[in-house]
Amino acid sequence: MPLFKLPGVHVPHHKNTANLKATKMPIPHEVLIPMSMHIGAPAKPLVQAGDKVKVGQKIAEAGGYISSPIHASISGTVKKMEDILMSNGNYVPAILIESDEKMEVSESVKPVELTDQASFVQAIKESGIVGLGGAGFPTYVKLDVKDLSKIEEVIINCAECEPYITADTRTMIDNIDDVEKGVQLLKQYLQAKKIIFGIENNKKEAIASLQTLAQKDDTLSVHILPAIYPQGGEKVLIYHSTKKVVPEGKLPLDVGVVILNITTLAMIAKYIETGMPLVEKVVTVDGSCVAKPQNVIVPIGTKLKEVFAYCEGFKTSPYKVMYGGPMMGIAVPNLDVPILKSTNAILAFNEKEAHLPEPSACIKCGRCINHCPLHLNPPAFAKALELDQPEELEKLKVNLCMECGVCSFICPAKRPLVQNNRLAKAELRRYITKKKEEEKENE
Amino acid sequence: MLDKTKQTNEIHQSEPDVQIASHSADTKPTDAYQVDHPFYVSSSPHIFSKSTTQKIMLDVLIALLPATIASIVLFGYKALILVLVCTASAVFFEWAFQKICKQKIVIGDLSAAVTGLLLALNLPSSVTWWQGMIGSLIAVVVVKGLFGGIGKNFANPAITSRIIMLLAFGTVGASVQPVIGDITSSATPLAILPAKLPVQTLGEMFIGLRGGAIGEGCIAALLLGFIYLLVRKVITWHTPVVYIGTVFVLSFLLNGDLEITLYEILSGGLFLGAIFMATDYTTTPSRPLGKVIFAVGCALITVAIRRWGNLPEGVSYSILFMNILTPYIDKWVEKKPFGGVKHE
Repeated sequence: MPLFKLPGVHVPHHKNTANLKATKMPIPHEVLIPMSMHIGAPAKPLVQAGDKVKVGQKIAEAGGYISSPIHASISGTVKKMEDILMSNGNYVPAILIESDEKMEVSESVKPVELTDQASFVQAIKESGIVGLGGAGFPTYVKLDVKDLSKIEEVIINCAECEPYITADTRTMIDNIDDVEKGVQLLKQYLQAKKIIFGIENNKKEAIASLQTLAQKDDTLSVHILPAIYPQGGEKVLIYHSTKKVVPEGKLPLDVGVVILNITTLAMIAKYIETGMPLVEKVVTVDGSCVAKPQNVIVPIGTKLKEVFAYCEGFKTSPYKVMYGGPMMGIAVPNLDVPILKSTNAILAFNEKEAHLPEPSACIKCGRCINHCPLHLNPPAFAKALELDQPEELEKLKVNLCMECGVCSFICPAKRPLVQNNRLAKAELRRYITKKKEEEKENE
Repeated sequence: MLDKTKQTNEIHQSEPDVQIASHSADTKPTDAYQVDHPFYVSSSPHIFSKSTTQKIMLDVLIALLPATIASIVLFGYKALILVLVCTASAVFFEWAFQKICKQKIVIGDLSAAVTGLLLALNLPSSVTWWQGMIGSLIAVVVVKGLFGGIGKNFANPAITSRIIMLLAFGTVGASVQPVIGDITSSATPLAILPAKLPVQTLGEMFIGLRGGAIGEGCIAALLLGFIYLLVRKVITWHTPVVYIGTVFVLSFLLNGDLEITLYEILSGGLFLGAIFMATDYTTTPSRPLGKVIFAVGCALITVAIRRWGNLPEGVSYSILFMNILTPYIDKWVEKKPFGGVKHE
């Protein structure tokens, strides 16, 4: 354990659904599946309007190296292809499938035969699995390690540090068998010598479940972290479990670490065993407006309104609905948007919670800089942005900001600090692109 | 910059749709709400800590309450008048200044009240009501308002105002004795230390039975406030502990006598300054290491002025001087971004 811990904040936990086993919702009437539910190039559709599709059938292929195929989550008819507005502001093609209420499984779904690492990586690529902790980075890319001896530790991210979300917690309790099988796969095909489960201390039942698993196997260890947000941040978790610092611009693998989310690991095992690709997700449905907060197994592409309806709708009218947790989650414009591969929670907040507090003058209390897990200086970013000094932003390393939201959360003056950091990061990207172009011209 | 960041709190213009109820055949629609209004969208985070500027200032006022009560007990109705006049006029002058300058009125953040109360506690009871009002005017208008208001001033308003008053009015430097106790004719401890010991016992010093500013004497009350601020996490221990600790060590090294040293640290405005003035957010460093450097600097200057200067007391001057160095200390102790690599 490192001598100096990275700072963070105590956020309210609201793990209201931790004791609720996920239940399967009824077959949705339709699913809307966007071609971009992962980091990287959008997938390319393989079906057309009018086509019949079955559960697990590949309906879009990977659009590049960093990309992921997409599979039908229900059986039925492709009604249409349409461009939908995603939360990042881009329009992305999406496939609308109307259910035939049969949930017929595709013939392509059968247990996967593995021979070596290459076949393992290829299988994961075909499974459409992406980082299920929320980032959505194609998992096979992480596992596609050329030199396996470079891997010193595999870290399984079980931190689930965002308030409300308990989807990973349920994985550790309900699907511990899949976790165990996943561990075996990692040992066999990645030659993992040391597998560390990093988990926050507020999940007693899940910790017990992991510890039982770890007792059977010397390669496994459970690293219990304080419940201080953001323990689940990749760099934070790697540092706290191994003392290793991932340098700017490098990947965890450069310091000998492969890091996977716990639900991703369980999903890998499930896919190898059954051949059913990533077509459904455990989603925590919570927030003050939800009549019956619970964990729901949802087919990917199901519209939010159907998921909320399964949870008996709203007890008070929602004014803000978001994907993911309240610290890094993305607010949605309406309830017609679909559950994505990386969606681990949907939350509905009431009118009072929806309003942002009014910002006032900075009083230089220093809480943002003393609580930033990455030792950054948000007020300095704001100043450099205001004065239009991108070279200063470069020196201050605004590009390292992971947008965890600690600074905005802790600020007593309620200043939009992380929001400012996002603008500053975009400004810095523009500046660097421009600088590179100028350098090219000069050559 | 504000324009760029003001993407928040706008209602997304999408059609209000969604009749959640009765959509899914398998669920009972009875409890479901119909959403007939647009949603708020904003970038994360969507939750915020409960702490606000106003709550922080209120905590400081609560922490000053024991010292304020002690000052009234020790110095009588004159102290009460001084506290009321300074606090009320500080709030009034801030309001008037913001009104005249057509700024947003922010007296509700209570920072002017804190400044006024701190100023009053730093003055002796011989200061008249109109002098107190001028002091408040200097603090909130000249030292704070003219530099841009809360968070923008480079020097502590109460301390700077006290120093200006010290130069302007003879009554401010006076060492007025408490109205209770039987030591009314004794000399100020700091004026005779370290050559002679004061007539008070250390216990009497601890509860404030000695001359000086109304709020600085009762160490017990100040420590109570310090504990409250620590518990409420308004300040950290660094500045007060290092400041007082360094003064203690330096004084001990200079006079070599434990009793004299204890008298030294209990005298003057050391505790009031270290706990309430040297911990002001705006005018002191933000990082713990910066706070330690700031506190050591304050202690060096305080001891130097007390020992070799013409003045009996140096707390105010030391804090003001270190206020000026604060931006440099902040820069000096800036942390390296985690995982950041140097550019060529």
